[in-house]
Amino acid sequence: MKRTPLYEAHLRLGGRMVEFAGYALPLQYTSIVEEHLAVRQGAGLFDVSHMGEFWIRGEEALAFLQWATANDAARLKVGRAQYSMLPNERGGVVDDIYLYRLGEAEYLMVVNAANIAKDFAHLEALAAGFRVELEDASERTALLALQGPQAESLLQELTEADLSQKKKNDVFRAQVAGRPALLARTGYTGEDGFEIFLAPEDAEAVFVALVERGAKPAGLGARDTLRLEAGFPLYGHELTEATNPLCTPWAWVVKKEKAFFGKEAMLASPCREKVVGLVLETGIPREGYPVLSGEAPVGRVTSGGYSPLLEKGIALAYVEEGAEGPFFVEVRGRRVQASLSPLPFVPLK
Amino acid sequence: MDIPKDRFYTKTHEWALPEGDTVLVGITDYAQDALGDVVYVELPEVGRKVEKGEAVAVVESVKTASDIYAPVAGEVVEVNLALEKTPELINQDPYGEGWIFRLRPLDLGDLDDLLDAEGYQEALESEA
Repeated sequence: MKRTPLYEAHLRLGGRMVEFAGYALPLQYTSIVEEHLAVRQGAGLFDVSHMGEFWIRGEEALAFLQWATANDAARLKVGRAQYSMLPNERGGVVDDIYLYRLGEAEYLMVVNAANIAKDFAHLEALAAGFRVELEDASERTALLALQGPQAESLLQELTEADLSQKKKNDVFRAQVAGRPALLARTGYTGEDGFEIFLAPEDAEAVFVALVERGAKPAGLGARDTLRLEAGFPLYGHELTEATNPLCTPWAWVVKKEKAFFGKEAMLASPCREKVVGLVLETGIPREGYPVLSGEAPVGRVTSGGYSPLLEKGIALAYVEEGAEGPFFVEVRGRRVQASLSPLPFVPLK
Repeated sequence: MDIPKDRFYTKTHEWALPEGDTVLVGITDYAQDALGDVVYVELPEVGRKVEKGEAVAVVESVKTASDIYAPVAGEVVEVNLALEKTPELINQDPYGEGWIFRLRPLDLGDLDDLLDAEGYQEALESEA
């Protein structure tokens, strides 16, 4: 199992380590609910060094990204970031990504840990014919995510950059606790917050400095409950190689007015299923549980769990296009009433 | 890990505390710690007859669902309704307020087949 530069720090902080995408990472330190609420009410700190980082540079970097990604990379100004997807030739999703523009012809792409090798090979194949250089910097990059309403004030104590001037999706270079960092006002929790890219040897000092100022270390458990409450997709669950993103709540990412790889197939593939948000009357829905309309099976839970804020079981589920409620989720043989919920389940900041 | 000496244990981490002709059943400190935040408990129906080792209740934490097995055969005579509103009692007081159900065993002698505190401690150590 691979270790992030924070492995020893996690053990010292009492992290309960589990395997995730080939890495040893903390599931939780104290309690998933406590860590979740710390992010909603204060500030939580995640080690997301397992995520993949690719640099894309060169004269035709933008042209290449316009072809490889579904969102409109041309709208990105220097110092800005956007959520996007890598479509495959069938119009499905190779991965969902975050794209940061650092210079005129310099971009950083953050990808899911489990997809690093697949994504890089896919991009290299697409890059033939473009004057562009791709660099997989995943092994040389540590990444922290400081999230929550107190993230700005807490981080401000450690950096000379004026964070009050930084908007959501801004990206900039600054020192944090005396270490060179790339900071972005982005995250995966539905809260305000910052993602901090560092050299591996600087990660622990910055992590410890943030914890000392009151950021609560938070593990993979809270990361998942937070993103679920926020209604964000998780690759392999809501998004897969077979998912047409136009049939999901994240269809806004796809900019049909531009040309991109897989576009024709995407436009041609019909929507047979849709993603819905469900709140259960009782019990906890888990991935794979059947969704019923009356007695008839019409779908399945793709992500389910407990919402610490709503204190209820919530789920993202795929149901057949046209299926009508009332919906039920089959929880270990019991039919439990589930009401449709708009996404996100809780208000985002 | 706290393992009180006044009760019996199963290898699946239930405890059974004899009280008159009934036994109170819950999960151990080790089990609640391994589960993490308990957020939902599915209680059995009072009057249900159960076999030894039968799945009787379900304890759900944020991350997983876990079956709770009958330590001995018998009839469910009471359930801890407080867990419907405050499932976290299982985390806070696994051997007390966090009890799950009360059984009337077919044969109280069946309790002798269970582990004592020392035996449970050894079972935990061999598991680790």
